[in-house]
Amino acid sequence: MITKDLIAQHGLTEEEYQKIVTVLGREPNLTELGMFSVMWSEHCSYKSSRAFLKKLPTEGPQVVQGPGENAGVVDIGDGLVAVFKMESHNHPSFIEPYQGAATGVGGILRDVFTMGARPIALLNSLRFGPLENPKNRYLFGGVVSGIAGYGNCMGVPTVGGEVYFNEIYNHNPLVNAFCLGIARKDRIFLGRAAGVGNPVLYIGSKTGRDGIHGATMASDSFDEGSESKRPTVQVGDPFTEKLLLEACLELMEKDVLVGIQDMGAAGLTSSSCEMASRAGTGIELEVADVPRREQGMTPYEVLLSESQERMLLVAKPGREGEVLDVCKKWDVDAAVVGRVTGDGFFRVKDKGVVVAEVPARALADDAPRYERPAAAPPYQDHLQSLPFELIPEPMDCNVVLETLLASPTIAHKGWVFEQYDHMVQTNTMLRPGSDAAVLRIKGTDKALAVTADCNSLYCLLNPYIGAGIAVAEAARNLVCSGARPLALTDCLNFGNPERPDIMWQFILAVEGIADACKALKIPVVSGNVSFYNETRGLSIYPTPVIGMVGLIDKADRAVSQGFKAEGDAIVLLGETGEDLGGTEYLRAVHHREQGTPPMLNLDREVAVQALALTAIEQGLVRSAHDCSEGGLAVALAECCLSAPAGPLGAEVVLESKGLRRDSLLFGESQSRIILSVKPGDLDAVTLLAAGSNVPLSVLGTVGGGNLTLSVKNDRGGAHVLIDRPCRDLAIIWRGALRSALESPGESAGRHA
Amino acid sequence: MADAPSRIGVLVFPGSNCDRDCHHAVEQIMGISAAFIWHKESELPPLDAVIIPGGFSYGDYLRTGAIARFSPVMAAVTRFAESGGLVLGICNGFQILLEAGLLPGAMLRNRSLSFICRDVRVRVDNTATPFTGRCKPGQVLTLPIAHAEGNYYTDPATLASLKAKNQVVFRYCAADGQVTPEANPNGSLDSIAGITNAAGNVLGLMPHPERSAEALLGNEDGRLILLSLLDSITRGRFSSKPVMA
Repeated sequence: MITKDLIAQHGLTEEEYQKIVTVLGREPNLTELGMFSVMWSEHCSYKSSRAFLKKLPTEGPQVVQGPGENAGVVDIGDGLVAVFKMESHNHPSFIEPYQGAATGVGGILRDVFTMGARPIALLNSLRFGPLENPKNRYLFGGVVSGIAGYGNCMGVPTVGGEVYFNEIYNHNPLVNAFCLGIARKDRIFLGRAAGVGNPVLYIGSKTGRDGIHGATMASDSFDEGSESKRPTVQVGDPFTEKLLLEACLELMEKDVLVGIQDMGAAGLTSSSCEMASRAGTGIELEVADVPRREQGMTPYEVLLSESQERMLLVAKPGREGEVLDVCKKWDVDAAVVGRVTGDGFFRVKDKGVVVAEVPARALADDAPRYERPAAAPPYQDHLQSLPFELIPEPMDCNVVLETLLASPTIAHKGWVFEQYDHMVQTNTMLRPGSDAAVLRIKGTDKALAVTADCNSLYCLLNPYIGAGIAVAEAARNLVCSGARPLALTDCLNFGNPERPDIMWQFILAVEGIADACKALKIPVVSGNVSFYNETRGLSIYPTPVIGMVGLIDKADRAVSQGFKAEGDAIVLLGETGEDLGGTEYLRAVHHREQGTPPMLNLDREVAVQALALTAIEQGLVRSAHDCSEGGLAVALAECCLSAPAGPLGAEVVLESKGLRRDSLLFGESQSRIILSVKPGDLDAVTLLAAGSNVPLSVLGTVGGGNLTLSVKNDRGGAHVLIDRPCRDLAIIWRGALRSALESPGESAGRHA
Repeated sequence: MADAPSRIGVLVFPGSNCDRDCHHAVEQIMGISAAFIWHKESELPPLDAVIIPGGFSYGDYLRTGAIARFSPVMAAVTRFAESGGLVLGICNGFQILLEAGLLPGAMLRNRSLSFICRDVRVRVDNTATPFTGRCKPGQVLTLPIAHAEGNYYTDPATLASLKAKNQVVFRYCAADGQVTPEANPNGSLDSIAGITNAAGNVLGLMPHPERSAEALLGNEDGRLILLSLLDSITRGRFSSKPVMA
């Protein structure tokens, strides 16, 4: 008997329950209710977001597989494709940081190798509250070791990502994991249960009671009792996943598979009904044949378990023996658990007795769709107003620069990525810490560049511009490494969609992504939406993270951000404006999160990126770096401190153009790239810029031991604003994160 | 055997993850053929050398390398080593060699208790091995490490014996070659990064030469070790005798 309480416990509304009754033509039993509950959860069904996601451009000549499969696929030539996706694991990581993050990595790896690709790189995008708070240090440390523990064991390098710190993530940290793989274009596998009568196989870890209703948990907000949800967090076993990876890739070589899908959120239920729905077929499972690690599990538990490291396969007729043999070689559990049917039903039997019978399409695709009310929040006007006269210009810009370099968001992330094996597979050309990571593709002359980006404060202040900037910055980061952007995956982290202000943020952010994608001609090929990132009514900032992949035709043309040689000319592409709103400078120095974010002129962005890429491809560029958080001064410092053979100084003189000195040095105007070029190539670069209508200014010269920044005055001289030994700046920048973790009291004292 | 093409066996345990990297390095850098050897094999095919690659054999859920040493292939590798065959264990491969008793000592967790992945410098303290012939005495190499258990330990008597017999081949050092506590990334005893057995034909080291052997990846110092091994194989085949230090 399905009671109102039972329906509520399953996170379904009364209307949704009535829809289930209509679909089935009868009341569901408890098992069926559980299946609908997970499949129609926000996490699995995208019921609040689907209508808006349609606005994203998903097509382009390079796209082989767009959204809707386990991962997106783009052509990279030479008969190869890049396969990638990003996903959130926010809720589990808050409840149990190590396992939450580890299984997030495990899940995204499976999404990629289920398509037939060998994973070659991982990124992650992380957000936590400030490290002064011991709980945040625990979460941050746990998440980083969880990512390391899983990725390192798998032998997939974690090559980069981003880490931000902000109070808003105190009670809702974000952990987004991205994976990139490479496959042969003629050997891509899809999650389709085609061919009536074909055997359905289960391979991987045995099923336990872990993670039951994980998807439902991820579709709810947090409250005081969230810690008691720890049992819904799964436990990762990277060793088993490594065996599963090798077994799957070996099976894919053998031409015995029709379709394959990983068991992620909603486990056996989602993989079965989605595979059947995509192929327009049905699936019949015998739940008694599912390998289990616990006794006495009910069909309900087996169907909803989110035990990790499991795959559902549809084999060609008569080939199941070969599948079992390969699994045996790799010590991976495997069993034939069912067959493909032609009636469109997902039918589950327990020792021959039907225990659930639901139309596969209804479960997978017919969840209710909501166009929830959206309205700008009343506080938005206040957020966007920023009376400049209340912001005193800094007396000592040296102190501001040092404060910014010590801000954990800007500081060098060595403490993080030294815990990740970022070199295994021997493809890593540009390691973590440059604008993008670059991986050569063995057997070709090419390389791929990858990055993940989002400034969520910009998105809070203006979701449309902020999300557009996330796309633009990701593309700019790829271009700075010499890559042409191919496509992106998005991971949209937002609060509770039942609140109009959150829906307003979401809709504008999707529009911002869509418009930036169209201008830059970069399609969206996969993605993930994570709603309900709120605790006790406080939502996170809208955080639409963009993971982007670009192609470098000649791997040896890749460029990194660090200056290379004394005497090289430093050049700025683009223009600096009065862009102080939403800056890290305002946040770290003036303790304000306010204003309008920097303008994003998409025509200018396209032109700047095209120019930088042309200059790099012509071999005219020694280093390239995007200006982002901390503005021109921080970007120049990073160029100095990232020099491959140790810090290289720079002497820079800026035109003031009537700007405040803090705007000039620390403003975050978009569409700016710092290049360094050999003196002999300066004319060629200047000529290219003139031809493409992009403002170019020569800022100065690489050399010496100090970073010196001056501004020209009216009398034809220059006034020194910043003059610091790079050696000292390096100690601050490289040591800040470690000291914030090890002696948190001291780092809090640094203010201008 | 001298007429057959040169061949190096790369062991594959469940959880090995540098096996493909080593295979690539043998074929692309050393220019000879490589064969994967599955851990369940109890005999080795004819080989000029064996590489035990890095990774997480059996997940390293127990002490690193502790389960891998019981794989059938390790008995065959032990016989191969005892007959003078060249064996190179890198990272997890070094840990397996310790567990298998082919090298003395044991690995503890890194002093920081964290996994560490970064470039380190090592000084070559013995160039008279089949793996370091192309290095100059005292030469400083930059090589990457990537491990959580690289903190080498052994008892004082064994350490004294290792030193007396010149079995310490690599030590973590500063840029100028000084062996200092600051340059020791993991707390390893006597800054040991790599040792041979007494006969000199088995080398275990924590840094990854196969990750630093191509200009495109920004560092070629690892080539010196791979090409030294190639020299030894070539020399050994012409002399038709096992190669000794």
